[in-house]
Amino acid sequence: MMQTNQLLLIFCSVLLILGLIAFFVGRSKAARLRASGSSMYAQPDQYAWFAVLSTAGPAVLVGTLGAFVLLLLGAEIHPLYLLSASLVVAAAGLAVGVVQVRADFHARKAIERVIRWVLAGAALISIFTTFGILISIIFESLRFFEMHSFWEFITGTTWNPGASFLAAAGRGDGSGAQFGSVPLFAGTFMITLIAMLVAVPIGLASAVYMSEYAPSKLRTIAKPVLEVLAGIPTVVYGFFAAITVAPIIVNIAGFFGLDASYNNAVAPGVVMGIMIIPFISSLSDDVINAVPDSMRQGSLALGMTKGETIRDVVVPAALPGVISASLLGMSRALGETMIVVMAAGMRPNLTANPLEDMTTVTVRIVAALTGDQEFESAETLSAFALGLVLFAVTLSLNLVSVIMIRRFREKYRVNNL
Amino acid sequence: MNSMNTQATVQTPGQSAERVEQQTPAVGQPYTRNNEASHELSIRVRDLNLWYGKSQALSNISIDLFQKNVTALIGPSGCGKSTFLRCLNRMNDLIPSVSITGLVEMDGRDVNAAKMDEVALRRRVGMVFQKPNPFPKSIYENIAYAPRMHDMVSRKADQDELVEKALRDSGLWNEVKDKLQEPGTSLSGGQQQRLCIARAIAVQPDVILMDEPTSALDPISTATIEDLMDKLKEQFTIVTVTHNMQQAARVADYTAFFHLGEVIEYNDTKVMFSTPAQKKTEDYISGRYG
Amino acid sequence: MSDSFDQISQQLKRRHRKSARLKWLSMGALGLAGLFLLWFFTDMLIKGLPAFQQAYVETEISYSEEAAKDARQAIDSDLIPIVSRTEIRSIPLLLRNEPDRIGSRETRWLLANSEVDQYLKGHRSKLSDKEIATVERLVASGQVEQKFNSTFFTQGDSKRAESAGILSAVVGTIMTMIVTLAIAFPIGVMTAIYLEEFAPDNRFTQLIEININNLAAIPSILFGLLGLAIFINFFGVPRSSPLVGGMTLALMTLPVIIISTRTALRSVPESIRHAAFGLGCSRWQVVKDHVLPLAMPGIMTGSIIGLAQAMGETAPLIIVGMVAFIPDVGASFTNAATVMPAQIFTWASEPEKAFVEKTAGGILVLLTILISLNASAVVLRKKFERRW
Repeated sequence: MMQTNQLLLIFCSVLLILGLIAFFVGRSKAARLRASGSSMYAQPDQYAWFAVLSTAGPAVLVGTLGAFVLLLLGAEIHPLYLLSASLVVAAAGLAVGVVQVRADFHARKAIERVIRWVLAGAALISIFTTFGILISIIFESLRFFEMHSFWEFITGTTWNPGASFLAAAGRGDGSGAQFGSVPLFAGTFMITLIAMLVAVPIGLASAVYMSEYAPSKLRTIAKPVLEVLAGIPTVVYGFFAAITVAPIIVNIAGFFGLDASYNNAVAPGVVMGIMIIPFISSLSDDVINAVPDSMRQGSLALGMTKGETIRDVVVPAALPGVISASLLGMSRALGETMIVVMAAGMRPNLTANPLEDMTTVTVRIVAALTGDQEFESAETLSAFALGLVLFAVTLSLNLVSVIMIRRFREKYRVNNL
Repeated sequence: MNSMNTQATVQTPGQSAERVEQQTPAVGQPYTRNNEASHELSIRVRDLNLWYGKSQALSNISIDLFQKNVTALIGPSGCGKSTFLRCLNRMNDLIPSVSITGLVEMDGRDVNAAKMDEVALRRRVGMVFQKPNPFPKSIYENIAYAPRMHDMVSRKADQDELVEKALRDSGLWNEVKDKLQEPGTSLSGGQQQRLCIARAIAVQPDVILMDEPTSALDPISTATIEDLMDKLKEQFTIVTVTHNMQQAARVADYTAFFHLGEVIEYNDTKVMFSTPAQKKTEDYISGRYG
Repeated sequence: MSDSFDQISQQLKRRHRKSARLKWLSMGALGLAGLFLLWFFTDMLIKGLPAFQQAYVETEISYSEEAAKDARQAIDSDLIPIVSRTEIRSIPLLLRNEPDRIGSRETRWLLANSEVDQYLKGHRSKLSDKEIATVERLVASGQVEQKFNSTFFTQGDSKRAESAGILSAVVGTIMTMIVTLAIAFPIGVMTAIYLEEFAPDNRFTQLIEININNLAAIPSILFGLLGLAIFINFFGVPRSSPLVGGMTLALMTLPVIIISTRTALRSVPESIRHAAFGLGCSRWQVVKDHVLPLAMPGIMTGSIIGLAQAMGETAPLIIVGMVAFIPDVGASFTNAATVMPAQIFTWASEPEKAFVEKTAGGILVLLTILISLNASAVVLRKKFERRW
């Protein structure tokens, strides 16, 4: 590692020196040519910058490509050779750059073409990111599905990876390990359901109040205040759920004579719901405001009260947008990790009783990847399989949500949603 | 109550008309009575003033609107016609900067009094808007919704009957009877406006206010709705704002000419367009300003 | 034709009541949301503020020869369960570094054991009756006091609650955020510039836009999976380092910066661009010299907000290992480090009750930083907002 650092240092400093040479030589040559009377297509500075680009650009490209080849393919290129190769390229680039300082060379256009490619390249990074997520998840999931059947994964009701780390250690064959994910998804859906039951009514009703009833001063305060709820880090919410809310739930249950675990599903569900309120209320508020006023006036002119107008005309008109917001909120709840890691249980539990402890998909993903298992063990890879399903579900929800909001936008011809 | 002093020549609007000396009528009364129209009082307005914040939009309006008539409100843009119309069903309440003095009276009750429920008022004074605004519901529901909420009907059979009657009365029945469950927004512009009219009459109001109901429609739909207005006045009082003088001449029994927030002249339509009592009216009608 | 006003008003009574109910219900919902917020902050303050006070014991230390081998010889045996074990253990090391202290005595305020601290704050503690008696005696004679807990801000993590501090986590956060911004800001702004100013309106561009919107909605834990599988396993970036954490967070923050930069660019009116084109500027010159400076306040605001979001993220960092136990405060991009939310997470998982208040204290510090960031973003936006 030390050697690499030193090499990097040498590379950068030599490149810097060459670049400086390129700049000044290029500029002075251009200035000279201009002074001698020929009309140039570009400014001396622009020629100078082109020279720098031509020096540094190819060198950096060669260096990076070479490094990739070194790392990925493990090719037997001594780093010193790579270094000298890129520096030779840099020197060649310098020569080319200086030679190109001619009257008939569009230096500025050349630079801007390069800039355009760089910008497009930056835009490609987002695509690479998505590919990266897809590839990493799919690749590792496939390795998992070589070990355990996909069908069992989707439909099995026992999640017990315990024996798999023995197998990875070379003892036992891991045959006791079962990876039926149904209890995990059941837990996820239970907590998500509780969260939605909290978030949608409160979020929608708040949105109705803010857009239809609230005086504008209250509205300007209320919106940012709700946004604060969305900005609180989820680890903090998790702490709140585990330390403050869960004991309260246990006490309330006890008051009714019911037995509740300290890792019950209600506490993380409620707190998650609180976190999602702003998602629902903010988007619903925008959508309700976008419903044309003429519709409200038509209803009022028929002798309807304001409440009837809101309930029977405005909200139904805004419904696609509200549904879209709810789907987005649901997607957020499904993928939420910290609140459940800290407040929900670790035990896969297929049950309809929210007062019991249960675990979710995201909790098991974290558990699978932070234990002491080898990366190759089935348990570790199961995390990726879970991630794959999670990705598919949230992606579908997001897609439907976008389609609904687009339909709403077309119907009422609004631009700001 | 008053009469013309000299003979008047009937002329078509738009041409230069002879203004004839007509005796100033009593407050709120038209210059000339239309003997074919009824004169039972519907809405009485006295000394109505309206401000948007500090700027005055209506000044000292006094007018008696008569039942089972079509009364047209004409005048150049921005002269307060629509504002005045909205005073009649208190739709101006929705605008916070509005302040009103004066009397708007219906059935002997002051419409703007604290005791008057504006929701109740709007049940008796309905409105059709310039751009059709059907609800995001089916055609059937668009019409059945309000009567059901008003407890006018409860059984499905009664509802069906009411919807059919409203659609027949607005001339839309034959075009939609097979697609009552389609959304109201799937109709054409002219049909949507007739749907809105059907929706308004289904509630069986006393008065129907129409704010430039045909200005957003094509000529054929416009003609259809004008015929409708003529038929509807047998059941309802209609007050309509229109930019189109020819429309007023075609459909209205009485016409009021608004200018800069005042009623300059309230007169029998035929008389107004042939021998208007006021010079300003004459100037407007003959197109000297618009 | 229709009923009179009085008849109608009668029927309306019930409907008006229902309508008023809707208003109160919706107001109540908003109020409920506000109450949640209030409850939450109050709870955090109650649990966290005590963390900034810590119990100290005025102790007489005798730096004897025996103390260099067995630290417990240096102080009164009654005080051994009262004083923090960290402090006791540091005495032999001190004597090894400064041998000329041997033979001297010193009276110093030492950190008390966290159980003493918990007892003084009224929580349940594991002190025996004899130890409680000692503590009460010392309190009466003024030798045990609650002082401002500077350890919290000057030390890193510790196995013992009384000496646990948040500094290593803060430094880790700063390092990670540097990496995150260094990657996400240039790439995000460049992408946004490309999409807004240069990209042709074709399928490829639409694909990129759909992709960015999708990325913004992917659960954060999946980015952790990417970090683990590709950055750590494939590229060999050191696990638990701010480098890999920053790279992972950068990918998460990218969509936020792209979207807010695009909004900022879009808010610059076309007339500015047209005027610049009219003067003969090339497209890049229009962007660099005319559009970008005007959009900069909006871009900065969006980046600050994205930074604040990244600072609170925990799940992906857990997956790439940044939940290490970091007692020493180091400032390296490639050594194992932890960040504030991860520190909060590890403290929350500690079984000792004394760590509850430390967790809450850490939460208060994190929340303060986040609120200041967001507030400064809002102030920045208000100050530089230009109404076109």
